Amino acid sequence: MGTRTRTSQPLLIRITHWICVPVLAVMAMSGLEILRAYPYFGPVGAPWTWVPLSGWEAPSWLRAGGWLAGARQLHLALAWVLVANALVYVAYLVVSGEWRRRYGRLRRAPYALGLGLGALEVLSGLALWKPVQLHRLTFVLGGYDSARVIHFLAMLGLAALVLGHVIAAAVRWRSILQMITGGTSEAAEETTPDATT
Amino acid sequence: MRRRDAFRALAGLGLVACDTRQPNRGVLGATERLGEHVQSFLLSDHVPDVDDAVSPPGAFPVYHVAPRVPLVPDDWKLTISGKVGRAMRLTLDDLRALPRIEARIRHHSVRGWTAVADWAGVHLSEIAKVVGAKPTRYVELRSFDAPSFESRGYWSSWDRESAMHPQSMIAYEMNGRPLSPEHGAPCRFYGSVKLGYKMVKYLTEVNFLDVRTGGYWEDQGYDWFAGV
Repeated sequence: MGTRTRTSQPLLIRITHWICVPVLAVMAMSGLEILRAYPYFGPVGAPWTWVPLSGWEAPSWLRAGGWLAGARQLHLALAWVLVANALVYVAYLVVSGEWRRRYGRLRRAPYALGLGLGALEVLSGLALWKPVQLHRLTFVLGGYDSARVIHFLAMLGLAALVLGHVIAAAVRWRSILQMITGGTSEAAEETTPDATT
Repeated sequence: MRRRDAFRALAGLGLVACDTRQPNRGVLGATERLGEHVQSFLLSDHVPDVDDAVSPPGAFPVYHVAPRVPLVPDDWKLTISGKVGRAMRLTLDDLRALPRIEARIRHHSVRGWTAVADWAGVHLSEIAKVVGAKPTRYVELRSFDAPSFESRGYWSSWDRESAMHPQSMIAYEMNGRPLSPEHGAPCRFYGSVKLGYKMVKYLTEVNFLDVRTGGYWEDQGYDWFAGV
């Protein structure tokens, strides 16, 4: 519990959050457009029907990119943005000591899970992009078909986590306001109970 | 208020620059070129070790842009041209007489499926030797698979390094049998370092060029380098 007078949401945290959410959304949507070109998993002739949503075609409002080539180029372009954004965010958390200071153990878990799933998305995405040149990575992920399943399932997990996070933040609408304005010293005083354990 | 207007203008510009109907232009085109640099940096002579069984008969998908399976013309020959000592027209027997290479390769489609088959054919360096090809930056591949009567046919172009990869070949055999019309008879360009749409079936021409000449899908917006 604190009566901190500094702004409670540092600028870098706010910027990286507001870049991350829409970019993740369009990544997932263009990913669903790419998946539409072949909405099955596993080897040709022996599909893995146990993968959830096999054969499912996402409705058009959930897809981005318009067609396979558009979705692929959009997906790959945003991948650079997302990785750069995540590097800035993680570097800031570590360097500033914000990771230890801000988040209690309970709040740290979903963040760690989110970052872990994000890292898994990037690694499996790299394996799908360059399965031959990055053959060691592809091997570690169990091969191309397996990397494709991992990429899809980690996306579902990440989507659930981000949606939950945004909804939780929206319910505590003041924290959304803080993410926009950075918060005033008064607001910071009112909304700090969950900042430390 | 001014800041908001500026933001709106930026967002509008961003949407125009990210026109997914023309994904090889604007911002998306720029990021494709960034991706191309990374891809050619990652490209190596590594030969993937595919120990999976070949895909069951009939499972290997069939694609051509012509409305029907393109059939070999009676007078078919493979033209080797461009920056070469002397252009040549080779028969299938001429190709078979050249040193043969074999490889089990996992095919990676842009659509997301993969399939495994055994391939046999001639490495491009053997062809280059025969015609005295200059070390050009690109290799253009043309075919008789035509989407319409007027069309010169499906085509693609490769960077030289990928075309000269140890497993890149003019393939005339698939799974121990002469290539079938469904898979590109009499021969197609094949390899382990590109997506399927780069590996032109129903070959008619191989041109050693210093200019990049795009491709059937590439000119519509698909990734030109398309390495895997």
